[in-house]
Amino acid sequence: MSDNEYIPKSKFGKWFNDRLPLLSLASHLTDYPTPKNLNYWWTFGGILTFCLITQIVTGITLAMHYIAHADMAFESVEHIMRDVNYGWLIRYIHANGASMFFLAVYIHIFRSLFYGSYKSPREIIWIIGIMIYLLMMAAAFMGYVLPWGQMSFWGATVITNLFSAIPLVGEGIVNWLWGGYSVDNPTLTRFFTLHYLIPFLILGLVVLHIWALHVPGNNNPIGIDIKKPSKDTVPFHPYIVIKDAFALLMFMIVFAFFVFYAPNILGHADNYIEANPMVTPAHIVPEWYLLPFYAILRSVPDKLLGVIAMLSAILILAALPWLDTSKIRSAVFRPLYKQFYWILVADVLILGYMGAMPAEGLYLLIGRVATAYYFLHFLVILPVLGFKEKTIPVPLSITEPILGGSSNLALAKNKESLDK
Amino acid sequence: MKNFIKLLSIITIVFITTVQSNSAEKIDYLKTDWSFKGLFGKFDRGSLQRGYQVYTEVCSSCHSMKYVSYRNLGEKGGPEFSDAAVKAIAASFEVKDGPNADGEMFMRPGKLSDKLVMPYENEKAAQAANGGAYPPDMSVLVKARGGGVDYIYSLLQGYEDAPSGMILDEGVHYNKYMYGNKIKMSAPLSEGIVEYGDGTEATVEQMSKDVTTFLMWAAEPHLESRHQMGLKAIIYLIILTILVYFSMKKIWSRVETEV
Repeated sequence: MSDNEYIPKSKFGKWFNDRLPLLSLASHLTDYPTPKNLNYWWTFGGILTFCLITQIVTGITLAMHYIAHADMAFESVEHIMRDVNYGWLIRYIHANGASMFFLAVYIHIFRSLFYGSYKSPREIIWIIGIMIYLLMMAAAFMGYVLPWGQMSFWGATVITNLFSAIPLVGEGIVNWLWGGYSVDNPTLTRFFTLHYLIPFLILGLVVLHIWALHVPGNNNPIGIDIKKPSKDTVPFHPYIVIKDAFALLMFMIVFAFFVFYAPNILGHADNYIEANPMVTPAHIVPEWYLLPFYAILRSVPDKLLGVIAMLSAILILAALPWLDTSKIRSAVFRPLYKQFYWILVADVLILGYMGAMPAEGLYLLIGRVATAYYFLHFLVILPVLGFKEKTIPVPLSITEPILGGSSNLALAKNKESLDK
Repeated sequence: MKNFIKLLSIITIVFITTVQSNSAEKIDYLKTDWSFKGLFGKFDRGSLQRGYQVYTEVCSSCHSMKYVSYRNLGEKGGPEFSDAAVKAIAASFEVKDGPNADGEMFMRPGKLSDKLVMPYENEKAAQAANGGAYPPDMSVLVKARGGGVDYIYSLLQGYEDAPSGMILDEGVHYNKYMYGNKIKMSAPLSEGIVEYGDGTEATVEQMSKDVTTFLMWAAEPHLESRHQMGLKAIIYLIILTILVYFSMKKIWSRVETEV
């Protein structure tokens, strides 16, 4: 990993470290040279780790009181809310924690898109990240089914039914997923076990994600390769640790606001009605974080093609390092890309809004245009932009523009070449 | 830093407005001051106790409340009836228990640990007695309706004559706030249907407010401790954030980069 050879001071430490280099690892993590110009958008990695741990700890506690049975799940959730000591707190942290997790992950992903963090040599970090994101969606979807409310039941029915679009074997796959001929108790119990399993898979992938990050080191706002360690870097501890802690605390204030003062605002009222296979809710809507993909699904008139479009919308991200042909990482030096980036942000927000609206009339039309644009951005605009765009000259190091006292980066670069 | 906060607050605002627009239909519900809203929100004890009376004397003839126990009525943050009063309330209901040593089911007076007695044996019996419509359980009713307390409060006062041209089947009533305007429940409240012990005048408006407050408590029995803990948690977090902010400034002052 890092090039420094760490030698423990104590005899025991040395003995232990020779057998299992945990102390070397700890030393690597504290000394890890980090670009000193990382802005607050870089703090969401730490925030996401916090979210994952919070979900796992509250989730395990909830599982001690929850009963995964179609006749008892809803009641056991009410038992948690009423009779378990601080059960309401644990459940509201867990339920809102899922939303906070997605809020953070979307910021994290869009940060990566802005600063080109997915580009060489960080493709593997990015692809592992996409895998984590996919697993997060699976875990969140199954978790939403567990309270066995109306939205749980009908959401599960709609989403599992998507598999029936697969030609020939579709119906068989759906029955296999359900463990029967409709969403019922076998579906609930398997969703529960998978919901318990997936977070640990995510945890494993997070370790790989961070490991892969520590090979090339962090990208940074100006997106240049830097020498490590150098004037451009600071050790992870205490500099980044304290900055991450500060950002995390601000995030926790928002989190606490939702948990204590608006714990149900992000959920759907119908999920406080016990699941009833005989009554279909007026609108079946997924949780907010899945809405953009729901809009893409519905904007295609054909079921199979709709499912393919929805899956492609996510999987296309994995190919992003090769779709984006520009060698320049940071949008700071890509004036055109910067504009298209913000259009994409708006596009995804519009898709999210359309996903929440009934699929008819103007909503459907706007949803279709936004879907088309989403794919256009990745499949046409990004590849072409890399060849056509006139980029701004990139500075050679982080310290240059700062020490030079000039915010004009092009000037800083000229100065550098003059010095040579 | 400034840009970051600016952007973050924009995201939060967009986020919240999007989420709120999710609750599809926008209806102007009747408004009233709910004492339990806001950072310091607490239940009005008198209103909870009156609300319980309205529930027991009116609603509970059709609507169950199966997740609430009699003991809850005396717990902190709820109607807070005295121990003796709660015991008397519980004992005034007959609860089916058993089987006893002879294998027979038997009736006994209610105990604190019993759930509120349900008006019907089961959902089918409830439907049969109410023209096919199941009167929903009221334990979490407030949280199970889009408009929450405002919706319930309005619905109770929303009974009107059907507009001309609208034909209502037998046993169906017109309600301004009901989804589709047709409701099987007849207007449950009328002036003076209950007699309040504390001398409050039992107007329809007053009873609607009291019973809705009671339903809010039934759905969120820990609302008061949630608000109290939330205030402490957020104050604690803000102080800690400020301390960490200055520590960060101090630490980063060693390198010439703006944090």
